[in-house]
Amino acid sequence: MGQIQLNQVSKSFGPVEVIPPLDLTIEDGEFVVFVGPSGCGKSTLLRLIAGLEDVSGGHVLIDGRDATEIVPAKRGLAMVFQSYALYPHMSVRKNIAFPLRMAGLDKAEQDKRVTQAAEVLNLTDYLERRPGQLSGGQRQRVAIGRAIVREPAAFLFDEPLSNLDAALRVGMRLEISELHKRLKTTMIYVTHDQVEAMTMADKIVVLQAGVIEQVGSPLELYQRPRNTFVAGFIGSPKMNLIRGAEAAKHDADTIGIRPEHIGISSTEGTWKGTVGVSEHLGSDTFFHVQCNASPEPLTVRATGEMALSYGSEVYLTPRQEHLHRFDAKGLRLE
Amino acid sequence: MATQHSRSAARVMMAPAVILLLGWMLVPLVMTLYFSFKQYLPLRGGDLGWVGFDNYVRFVTSSAFWPSIQATLAIVGGVLVITVILGTFLAMLLDQPMWGQGIVRILVIAPFFVMPTVSALVWKNLFMDPVNGLFAHLWKSVGATPIEWLSQASLPSIILIVSWQWLPFATLILLTAIQSLDSEQLEAAEMDGARWPSRFIYIILPHLSRAITVVILIQTIFLLAVFAEIFVTTQGSFGTRTLTYLIFQRVLESQNVGLGSAGGVYAIILANIIALFLMRIVGKNLDA
Amino acid sequence: MARAVTTQRKTLNTIIAWVIGLVIFFPILWIIILSFKSEGDAIRPPLEVLTSSWTFDSYAVVQERSDYFKHFVNSVTLSVGSTLLGLIIAVPAAWAMAFVPSKSTRNILMWMLSTKMLPAVGVLYPIYLLFIRLGLLDSRIGLVVVLMLINLPIIIWMLYTYFKEIPGEILEAARMDGATLREEILYVLTPMAIPGMASTVLLNIILAWNEAFWTLNLTAAKAAPLTAFIASYSSPEGLFYAKLSAASTMAIAPILIMGWFSQKQLVRGLTFGAVK
Repeated sequence: MGQIQLNQVSKSFGPVEVIPPLDLTIEDGEFVVFVGPSGCGKSTLLRLIAGLEDVSGGHVLIDGRDATEIVPAKRGLAMVFQSYALYPHMSVRKNIAFPLRMAGLDKAEQDKRVTQAAEVLNLTDYLERRPGQLSGGQRQRVAIGRAIVREPAAFLFDEPLSNLDAALRVGMRLEISELHKRLKTTMIYVTHDQVEAMTMADKIVVLQAGVIEQVGSPLELYQRPRNTFVAGFIGSPKMNLIRGAEAAKHDADTIGIRPEHIGISSTEGTWKGTVGVSEHLGSDTFFHVQCNASPEPLTVRATGEMALSYGSEVYLTPRQEHLHRFDAKGLRLE
Repeated sequence: MATQHSRSAARVMMAPAVILLLGWMLVPLVMTLYFSFKQYLPLRGGDLGWVGFDNYVRFVTSSAFWPSIQATLAIVGGVLVITVILGTFLAMLLDQPMWGQGIVRILVIAPFFVMPTVSALVWKNLFMDPVNGLFAHLWKSVGATPIEWLSQASLPSIILIVSWQWLPFATLILLTAIQSLDSEQLEAAEMDGARWPSRFIYIILPHLSRAITVVILIQTIFLLAVFAEIFVTTQGSFGTRTLTYLIFQRVLESQNVGLGSAGGVYAIILANIIALFLMRIVGKNLDA
Repeated sequence: MARAVTTQRKTLNTIIAWVIGLVIFFPILWIIILSFKSEGDAIRPPLEVLTSSWTFDSYAVVQERSDYFKHFVNSVTLSVGSTLLGLIIAVPAAWAMAFVPSKSTRNILMWMLSTKMLPAVGVLYPIYLLFIRLGLLDSRIGLVVVLMLINLPIIIWMLYTYFKEIPGEILEAARMDGATLREEILYVLTPMAIPGMASTVLLNIILAWNEAFWTLNLTAAKAAPLTAFIASYSSPEGLFYAKLSAASTMAIAPILIMGWFSQKQLVRGLTFGAVK
């Protein structure tokens, strides 16, 4: 079991309130991602759940039990740190066994569980090595191994992939998702990378300045962002946000349209513009187009390869059904 | 960044160290202050009552006071000048490429590990003895009359002994500082047409200024307290009675505790002024 | 990029450095040489000293005087005892300052270091008096405590700087893994800090071994360490050069060797980290 509930949880460092009171429920078995720009309080929120920081107000409930006053060791949670936080003086085997040793399990049981975890994580050949002799990806796996042997109520991941190179990150992302599917244990995952959030989460919690901007499934967030912040944060490349006259035509303060929802043509369309820089990815082509509808250049995504030279004239057509409208406060208009 | 739990644990864990050091500092300090206002002669009547600032006045006006200040300044100043100048030179030399660098460094550092009583005694007898000392033999071999070092040139002799002990410290610290100098800076200066003397004055010396300050401050604190070297060699005679030694004599030899304590308070004030500057530098480094 | 240096230049550097190094080291070398000579040979002119015969006699004599070993044992007890006692008090304090810093941490550290700068002579009589009253004069336990207190600020400071380099996340990981505070310090922090602790111990043993104010003033016969033993040679019997040299060699050799091993840490410890 691993249901985690935050009731009016808040955190201040001295006079600075980094997290105003917030409520959040994480259901058992869910993969929840906290995402937001750096400094948004997502790591602090995770540390409050872990018990590594005291809450300034409110309660943390784990499986319905008030855990606010319980020390981290007794909360039954396991954490994977950004720096992996492996014990450099212990072998991989000892690292993974450490929480079991602390729990006072007998040697045979420790060995059994370590062996199991090592098999799952492909670490069997490395058990006698020290963390210093492992690659980044292997260290990451040891950190995960140390977390899973405890059979915790929930896993907490604090930006676990940010120290890995891009290729490895994609692989580890899959492995963690795979692990979640198999263990079906609650996982809370903190990242600033919206791609990780979109690809892994059952539920995404978007945070900004300690405030939850929106909670929802990846597709909900993509299709119906609650405000301009979420609209701009989720999706890559970013949604184009247009204010002024063009927005007023739609009875809104701001309108948003994703790059993939704009048609591009050299002959006809709604908005006339000039092509700026184009980025060719092979599978897609991104154009930065300066047009009369918006003072900022708009990003347009075309599928496949498309050649338009710098400075040439084009016409853009936003697909009306994908137009997002926001009011003066930045909130979504239905 | 921590929980209430760990903060209270931290307080408990710091308590023994803080309490011990507080006691170590305050108890003797208060007692010294207390005695300094008393006429207190343990062997001649004991506590003879309060005398106000008499001891402070007497300590400063006694005929031994100014000579002791002079001796102190001569030793501190002399050792500082020698160790800083030679130390800078040695540090730059040791930073150059050479064969057996590690061994040379070990040779240069060695005197620092010799206990003060050994070094004083060895210098006094094996080297400075006017009859059998090595220097006496050298002087005789060129037909000169051996110098009675510790009586005829007592202060320079003690400065020599103490400098020998502290030169390694200065060298080691300045060497560490020189090694942290980015060699690209020197190369850039060379490209800019700076010749060696200019590079020394404009690049190396400014880079070392902080290390030199640290050497001066730390050595000053320790040099003010030089004791064993005098205790073993001249016992304070021949103009080598420093402030520290004078206080020691007042307290333990003539058992005039009140007077000695007043002197002790002067020494504490003096050391605190220097410590204040040192702490500024160390404190700045803490933030960095 | 290190630049190629001409062999000529390197040779010159080498010669100058070795000459200076040997001059500085010479007094120690001379002590060692004289310690292997007979008393009669030791006071002859230098060249004759070098060509005279070698002997272990002086060591045998110093050894025969049972008090050499008594002083040696005292020195070991005082330096090792004060350092270990200091370590026990300093490790928790340094843990607290390094991993649970507060606004006052810096001030407390600075204050601790400043106690190190209190001139000993200023508090000589009070300590002397307290020692008499408590019956600690000329006792090893009393000196162990005093030497521990003198070096405690340096021990705390050095451990603090070493602990600071250990990422806090590792200790948090241990906490998440179910370790209690005691287990966290015992199984995770201490093993990781062993190199730092070793150099702290080494440096403080050296400092305590060579301490020559309190050891001279607070001991008589029973608890006197080597500093006081050697100082007793300042009386006319010091003119026995060979025996003095042998005793001196035995007094400084262990510390000289330890010192050479810990020279890097020495800089760090003694400058309170003010020079990198």
